Amino acid sequence: MASIDIKGVKKVYQGNVTAIHGIDLAIGDGELVVLVGPSGCGKSTLLRMIAGLETITEGTIAIDSAVVNSREPAERDIAMVFQNYALYPHMSVRQNLEYGLKNRGTPRAEIDSRVAEAARMLEIEPFLERKPRQLSGGQRQRVAMGRAIVRQPKAFLFDEPLSNLDAKLRGQMRVEIRRLQHRLKTTSVYVTHDQLEAMTLADRLVVMNGGRIEQVGKPTEVYDRPASLFVAGFIGSPPMNLIPLEALKNIVGSAVLKDLPTETDLIGVRPDRMQTGEGEGFVLTGTVDLIEPVGGESHLYLHVEEIAAPLVMVMPGRPDLSEGAVVPIRLPLDALHPFSTRTGLRTD
Amino acid sequence: MVENRPFLAVLTHLVLLAGVVIVAFPVYIALVAATHGPTALTSGAMPLLPGGELFANVMQVLTENRRGVAPFWLMAWNSLWMAVIITLGKIAISIISAFAIVYFRFPGRVLAFWLIFITLMLPVEVRIIPTFKVVADLGLLNSYAGLTIPLIASATATFLFRQFFMTIPDELMEAARVDGAGPLKFFRDILLPLSRTNIAALCVILFIYGWMQYLWPLLVTIDPNYYTLMMGVKRMAAVSDADPQWNIIMAAVLLAMLPPILIVVFMQRLFVKGLVETEK
Ligand SMILES: Nc1ncnc2c1ncn2[C@@H]1O[C@H](COP(=O)(O)OP(=O)(O)OP(=O)(O)O)[C@@H](O)[C@H]1O
Ligand SMILES: [Mg+2]
Repeated sequence: MASIDIKGVKKVYQGNVTAIHGIDLAIGDGELVVLVGPSGCGKSTLLRMIAGLETITEGTIAIDSAVVNSREPAERDIAMVFQNYALYPHMSVRQNLEYGLKNRGTPRAEIDSRVAEAARMLEIEPFLERKPRQLSGGQRQRVAMGRAIVRQPKAFLFDEPLSNLDAKLRGQMRVEIRRLQHRLKTTSVYVTHDQLEAMTLADRLVVMNGGRIEQVGKPTEVYDRPASLFVAGFIGSPPMNLIPLEALKNIVGSAVLKDLPTETDLIGVRPDRMQTGEGEGFVLTGTVDLIEPVGGESHLYLHVEEIAAPLVMVMPGRPDLSEGAVVPIRLPLDALHPFSTRTGLRTD
Repeated sequence: MVENRPFLAVLTHLVLLAGVVIVAFPVYIALVAATHGPTALTSGAMPLLPGGELFANVMQVLTENRRGVAPFWLMAWNSLWMAVIITLGKIAISIISAFAIVYFRFPGRVLAFWLIFITLMLPVEVRIIPTFKVVADLGLLNSYAGLTIPLIASATATFLFRQFFMTIPDELMEAARVDGAGPLKFFRDILLPLSRTNIAALCVILFIYGWMQYLWPLLVTIDPNYYTLMMGVKRMAAVSDADPQWNIIMAAVLLAMLPPILIVVFMQRLFVKGLVETEK
C-alpha cells in the first residue's frame, strides 16, 4: 500500500509525438483512481509510466515518497492487469500465479498460502491446474487479477481490464473489482474509456484529454459540475445538451438569464434535468423528432425553433407522446451549466 | 470448396498419383537394386521385382572396407555429428539473435538485422571459394569445425524465430518484467517453452539439411577419417577399373536414407503434440 505522486510528468515518444503534456496528480494511499478519456488521450501511456514500462521524458513519479523514475518495473513493487490478460500460455493457472513470487525468492510455504488465498478470493480454485486456453474470458480475467493479488504489491494498475468481456460479465467483474479493492485497500489506478465503469468504480475520477488532465474529482462532483466543455460532453450518457446563450435569450428574453458570468456564451443542461410540465425555471417549446425507448426510460430528441442542434431529454418510463408532438420543455435554473466557448471552461 | 464432379475427381487423383510415382519410383528402384546379387544389375536389364540378397548386401556395406572409401560406420558417425552440430548450432544461434533483434533496442540493431538478412542471399554454394579460403586459413580443413561452422552461419532460422517472436504479444514480455523476470529469465521461462514447436520443426529440417550436405564436405575433407556418408556413397560409384557394384551402393543408399526417415517419423509425433498444445 502506498501513495503515488506524479509531478510535472511529460512523455514524448520517438518521432516527437507528445503523448502527455505535463501532468500533476497525487494518488492517496488505498485510493482507487480511474483515468478516463477518449482513445489516444494518453491514459495507457501515463499508466505505463507509473508501471515503469515506458520511460518518463520529464518530471517525476514517486511511489511511497520514493522517486521511481529509473527503477525497473519489478523494483517498483506494482502489479499490472492487462487488457488481453497476458497470461503465460504454457503455464498452468497455478504456475501463472506463482511466477512473480518465485522470481522474488518467496519461500515455498508462503507462495502456497498466498496462491490458495487468492484462488479462494477469486473463486478460481477449480481451474488451478488448467492452462489459460482452457478457461473462458471471464475466468482468464480472474486469473490475471489473481496474479496481481498474490504479489501483495504497493499498487494495482489496470489497463482496460474488462474491455474484452461481454456487457453482462463486464458488469459482474466491475462489482467484483470494486469489492476486492475495498477489501484489500490497495492503491489502484484504473484506465478505461467506458464512462459507466469510470463512474461506478472510482473514488476519484481523472478525466483526460489530449495528454492533459481536464478535471479531477469524485465521480458525482465531475458529473454535477463539469469543469470544461470537454468533460461536459464526455461524462454522462446521453451527453449534456449545449445551447448557445444568444439563442436562449432570443426565446425566453434576457431578463431570466441576466445573472450569468460575463464570459458565458453557452449553456449546458443534462438531459435528465429537463422536464415537461409545471414548475420552476423557464420553458422552451419543442417538437418531438424521435423517441428512443431504452427500457426503463425514454430518450426524446427534440427540435426547438432557433436552436440548431436537437436537444435530448430523458424521461422516465414511456411517455404518451408520438413523433411530431409539440411539448413544453422546462429547464430549472439550477440545472444550467454556464460555459465559455472561447476558453472551453466553465464560467461560474 | 465442395464439388462433386467425378471427372475432376479422377483427374486430380491421376495427377496426384503421377506425382507419387515420380517421387517414389527412384526409391523403389534403389530398394529393388539393393536386394539383388552382384550380377543381376550389370547384365543390362534392370530387374523390377525384389530379389533375396538384401541382408547380404547390407552386411557387406557395414563390414567391408573398400579402397578409397572410409569404413561405413565412421562415415555414418561423421554425418551424424555434422548434422547434429549444424542443427543445434543453427538453432542456438538463430534463436538468440532473433531474441536480440526483436526484444532489444540497441545501436546498430537495424544494421544487424540487414546483415543477417543479406546472408539469406548468400548460401554456402554462392560464397564457396571465399569461405573455403577462410576455413583453410584458419586451419579448419579436415575437422568437424570446418565441416559445420560455415553451414551454421545462416539466417533462415533467425527469420523463422523473428517472425514467431513478433506474433507473441508485447504484454507477455511486460507482464514478465512486472513479475520480476529479467531478459534471460524471460527468454528461458517464456520464449523457449513457447518456441517448442518451432524448434522441433527446425530440428527436422536442419538435421536433414546437415545430413544431406555433399558439396561442402567434399571440399574441406581430404582425410578419409572425416568423410561423410554422402561423399562415401558417391565415391563407391566412382571406381575406375571395374563396374560399380550397384547392389552394394544401393544398399548403402538405403542405409543413408534411414536416419532422416526416422527423424521425420519420430519428430512428427512431437509436431502434432506441439500443434495441438500451442496457443497464444
Ligand atoms: N510507442 C509509441 N510511439 C509513438 N507514439 C505512441 C506510442 N504509444 C502511444 N503513442 C501515442 O501516444 C498517444 C497516447 O497513446 P495511449 O496509448 O496512451 O492512448 P490511450 O489513452 O491509452 O488510448 P486507448 O483508449 O485507445 O487505449 C497516442 O496519440 C498514441 O498515438
Ligand atoms: Mg490504452
